[in-house]
Formats: sequence, C-alpha cells, structure tokens
Amino acid sequence: MDKSITLITGTRKGIGKFLVEHYVKQGHIVVGCSRSAIDWSMDGYDHHIVDVADEAAVIKLFAAIKSKYGFVTNLINNAGIASMNHVVLTPFSTAQKILNTNVLGTFLFCREGAKLMQRNHFGRIINFSTIAVPLHLEGESIYAASKAAVASLTQILAQELSGFGITVNAIGPTPLQTDLIRAVPVDKIQKLLARQAISRFGEFRDVSNVIDFFLRPESDFVTGQLIYLGGIS
Amino acid sequence: MKQKILDLILQVSDEFNEQLENKIAIEKGLDAPVYGREGVLDSLGLVSFIIAVEQLVGDEFQVTVTLADEKALSQQNSPFRTIGSLADYIEQLIEDGTAKSG
Repeated sequence: MDKSITLITGTRKGIGKFLVEHYVKQGHIVVGCSRSAIDWSMDGYDHHIVDVADEAAVIKLFAAIKSKYGFVTNLINNAGIASMNHVVLTPFSTAQKILNTNVLGTFLFCREGAKLMQRNHFGRIINFSTIAVPLHLEGESIYAASKAAVASLTQILAQELSGFGITVNAIGPTPLQTDLIRAVPVDKIQKLLARQAISRFGEFRDVSNVIDFFLRPESDFVTGQLIYLGGIS
Repeated sequence: MKQKILDLILQVSDEFNEQLENKIAIEKGLDAPVYGREGVLDSLGLVSFIIAVEQLVGDEFQVTVTLADEKALSQQNSPFRTIGSLADYIEQLIEDGTAKSG
C-alpha cells in the first residue's frame, strides 16, 4: 500500500472541500461525494454524486472505489446537516432528514468502508460529532441527538472493528464559520463561544489537525476516542 | 449456478484455511461445518468470511448480495452452518432477486 486512498463525504463546500485540498496536498488520492455536482475540480481528486443516506448509491460508490483502487485507507464521514430550531417548531421531515444523513449516512459508510478496509487489515475511520452534545445546546435537540448517535457508533465500531486493524475515532468541533451556523443569531453564538475554554471560532485547520493525528500510522493504539475542540469536555 | 457458488465458497475457505489453526474441513464437501456448534470460525472470522464471499459472489454474478440480514441471522437453521447450507442460501437470494443487480 504505497498511496493513501482517502474517502471524504460532503465535499462540495466548507470543511469537506478544505479537507480534500488538505489531503490532496499530502499526496493522498482523495475520493469524495456530495448530493449535488461541484463547481470545482482538482488533480488527485475523484468526485461522485451520492446521497450518503441512499444505500444503493453508497454501495455503488464503494464498488467503484474497489474496482478503481482496490482498497480504501481512510474514511472521513464529514457529510452532515443541521437544523437549529426549538423542538416545538421542528418539522418531522426535518428530523428524519437529519437522522438519515448524520446517523444512517455515517453508518452506511462505516459499514461499507470496513468491508473494504479489512482486506488490507488496515483502516482509519473518522466521524463527526459536535460540542452541542456535551453542552446540551438549546435549539439543537435533533441535531445533537443525531451526533450523540454518531459518538455511540464510533465507540462501538471501535470495538467491533479493532480485530480488522481499523481504528474509529471522532472529532467534536466547536462552531466553525460555515453554512451550518449561518442562521444562528450572533448573540447565541457569542454565548456559546464564551462556554468554551478557548473562546474563539474553530478554524478548518483545527479540524484537520485532529484528523491528521487520528490518521497517522502511529495512532494505531488510539480508537473509540472523541476529541472536542475549544476545551469542551 | 450452484456449482459456481460452491466453487467461490471453497475458494474463500481455502484462503481462510491458510490462516486458520482449526481448518474448515473442505474434504467433507457440502457438509463441511463453517460456523456454529461444529464450526471452526469464531464470530470475527465469520464476519470476514461473509465479507469475502459477498465480494466474490457480487463480482461473479454482478449483483449486490447482503448475506447477513435479519432473516439469515434469525433463522433457526443458520445458513452459515455448513458450506452446503451457505451455497443454498446464496442461490436462493440470487433467484429471489433479493440480491440486487449493480
């Protein structure tokens, strides 16, 4: 295995796009996906249009990766959607969409990724949780619940997949300046930042720094861990 | 089709036997125990075995086959008991169209 094949979900924009650039720069072959087409391209990057919660489409994506590259080294389950709203004002369809993308999407990619990774007895899976889970943030009930499920998945898959040489870890970012928090009022965000040990917005590099650590070959004794940014614990 | 499925399962069994201390008794043919009371695979071994068979069957018949669904895991007579029961089960999945083309 001379080159890392890194699969990243939700790469159309924001942190996903940043991670594509970050790992292409490090010499990885990066495969990514998003629900709609992207308006950019990059050498060393292979894009697919996939809804992460569509089982048939996900299986097809992994079949394509298998036939083109034969294996996958790293999986970064970045795709996620949020909806900030009071529970009383949250439509059921929104709750379903959030659970489908954040929980079932992560589950599907972990399952199919593990099947490919176990062939080489090596793999790194990184999931995305959030500080909204330990902080019990108002207005984020279904989003935080979905990301609490991701934390559980991470910890249990770490146990189930350790025998295959696969580590499974998660990162819990603070608010980053992305589309995800566009609709959140400024005073809410300021209050939230004040609860962090280090009161600033997270930067994309803060996220990639933690992922870099999880991906390192030397991190083979690190699994089932969830690292929160900003001093939240 | 059945013979082809059997050949694929035997191919996976051969590969596994290279690593296994207690080997799958391929010489017993269809009755060779795989998993369960008389089986030789532990649960993690069964997971790897299933993945390997799924991939070979998928490639050979151009289908997506999921062997470990609720039905299989809850059957009183597990399809993973012997090489023969697994071959029957896969043939049935393909014939029923449970295995999707793709």
